[in-house]
Amino acid sequence: MSTSLNWVGYTTIVRKEIVRILRIWGQTVVPPAITMSLYFIIFGNLIGSRIGQMGGLDYMEFIVPGLVMMSVITNSYGNMVSSFFGAKFGRHIEELLISPLPNWVILAGYVTGALVRGLLVGGVVILVSLFFTDGLEVQHPWITLSVLVMTSVVFAMAGMVNAIYANKFDDIAIIPTFVLTPLTYLGGVFYTISLLPEFWQKVSAFNPILYMVNGFRYGMLGQSDVSLATVYLVIGLFAVVMFAACMFLLETGRGMRS
Amino acid sequence: MLALDVQELQKTYANGVEALKGVSLQVEEGDFFALLGPNGAGKSTMIGIVSSLVNASGGDAKVFGASVVNQRSLAMSYIGLVPQELNFNQFEKPLDIVVNQAGYYGIPRRVALPRAERYLKELQLWDKHDKPARELSGGMKRRLMIARAMVNEPRLLILDEPTAGVDIEIRRSMWELIRQINESGTTVILTTHYLEEAEELCRNIAIIDRGEIRENTSMKELLSKLDVETFVLDLREPLRELPACEDMEIVMRDDYTLEVTLSRAKSLNALFGELDRRGLHVISMRNKSNRLEELFIRLVDKGEAA
Ligand SMILES: Nc1ncnc2c1ncn2[C@@H]1O[C@H](COP(=O)(O)OP(=O)(O)OP(=O)(O)O)[C@@H](O)[C@H]1O
Ligand SMILES: [Mg+2]
Repeated sequence: MSTSLNWVGYTTIVRKEIVRILRIWGQTVVPPAITMSLYFIIFGNLIGSRIGQMGGLDYMEFIVPGLVMMSVITNSYGNMVSSFFGAKFGRHIEELLISPLPNWVILAGYVTGALVRGLLVGGVVILVSLFFTDGLEVQHPWITLSVLVMTSVVFAMAGMVNAIYANKFDDIAIIPTFVLTPLTYLGGVFYTISLLPEFWQKVSAFNPILYMVNGFRYGMLGQSDVSLATVYLVIGLFAVVMFAACMFLLETGRGMRS
Repeated sequence: MLALDVQELQKTYANGVEALKGVSLQVEEGDFFALLGPNGAGKSTMIGIVSSLVNASGGDAKVFGASVVNQRSLAMSYIGLVPQELNFNQFEKPLDIVVNQAGYYGIPRRVALPRAERYLKELQLWDKHDKPARELSGGMKRRLMIARAMVNEPRLLILDEPTAGVDIEIRRSMWELIRQINESGTTVILTTHYLEEAEELCRNIAIIDRGEIRENTSMKELLSKLDVETFVLDLREPLRELPACEDMEIVMRDDYTLEVTLSRAKSLNALFGELDRRGLHVISMRNKSNRLEELFIRLVDKGEAA
């Protein structure tokens, strides 16, 4: 009985999240397509043509994985934080809280919703990139996919932690603006860290997004500043920490059960 | 079997408000139970704990034997809740809201869809099933929450002021529906501030005030405790002077209206005789207030004095 309860509950949440993503497609799918086209035009075409090569790759090609990763991170996080905080704010999270569903199913459902949004937007960005490159040959499909999915899941869970702590709409914009965006820009989306002075290379090593971007770039293009083992280790570590944080917060009912 | 067994429930909110001070309450399976009390008495808090929206500070509640604290999932699977405040996504459609709720109870879509349709039709919401919920009127939104609470066919249906802001006609049809639900075997717990609603529907009753139970008995028993009753008499001819009758307290509201208060053991015949002698005709007579209302006010006033 409880397997079917959990499965039906899970698919219901996922379905509801997908309906939401499609209902507000103007906020979910269109903006990344526009922003990323601009990145490709300005950085790839106009500036990139003067840069020439980066890490042994054509600059336009070099930034594709980074920009895909950037979109996946922002959108997975953004989907979770706005959907979950919205549910808290509009009180419809109570529909789930009064149900027999265990917390891990609720977490899994929302994370899958955020993953769908991440992959959807990632797909859109790859499509856009095809207009600017002569087609990309994915070097290691499984590495590409696994790094993409794991990163999306990690940031979805981080988004839930943010949504649980948030009390007002302002609180869901702080982390994306002051933490995520800087870390992403400094995470090797636009450059290889070998260009940095040694000191800044060391500092960059503490930026988890660097590993995710490089892991993904290795999957797509076969080029990376860091070892693959470190990539999986870092993502795995963050996944465990975020999962524990989400479960702890859901169990205590913080901000949801008075 | 007890549908609900509340034991020494306590709740102190983070802001220090002591909403429940050790409340115990039993509701038998199949009962139609009224939970009454003034604003801020702790009704919604108790319902919140039973439905796991509020964490208890002490005590426990068992739903068909399953502890809300230790067997949350099992206990929740028995309950359908109509909360006091609107809590659905205003951007979703009624049909989706009801079907999704079913999904959270493990009911697959193919079973949930016809069921949702049935309840939305019963609550006269079907022609809006495909419109965003924010387009519903206030009364429709409340009915939507009843449809949502019924979709898992709960053994215990808890309604926290379901008829607040609902027009008279719809209120009566809601009573009819809830009565049918109860007759088909579902235990119903209802809070309301319309006491005639409680008197009309409920068999057993608890009155809670400032976090404590003041009364917990059957409706019949409680109403029989009311020792005096006040009637309002409308006369065809104007009254010149107050009729005097033993054991009655008579007040003239205006020339054509009398208010008579008397013990329930006494009869009104003496008064009628007196009026008859003066050639006055009584054209209508009614209770001044609902009987339960009278009692309620006394009980709550007593609490205030204590
Ligand atoms: N989330 C909360 N945080 C702090 N205090 C609360 C909270 N919810 C309720 N209270 C307080 O607890 C007390 C009981 O409130 P509750 O909502 O249970 O009353 P009620 O009987 O349902 O009243 P009403 O008839 O107005 O709905 C009140 O004093 C209220 O102010
Ligand atoms: Mg209330």
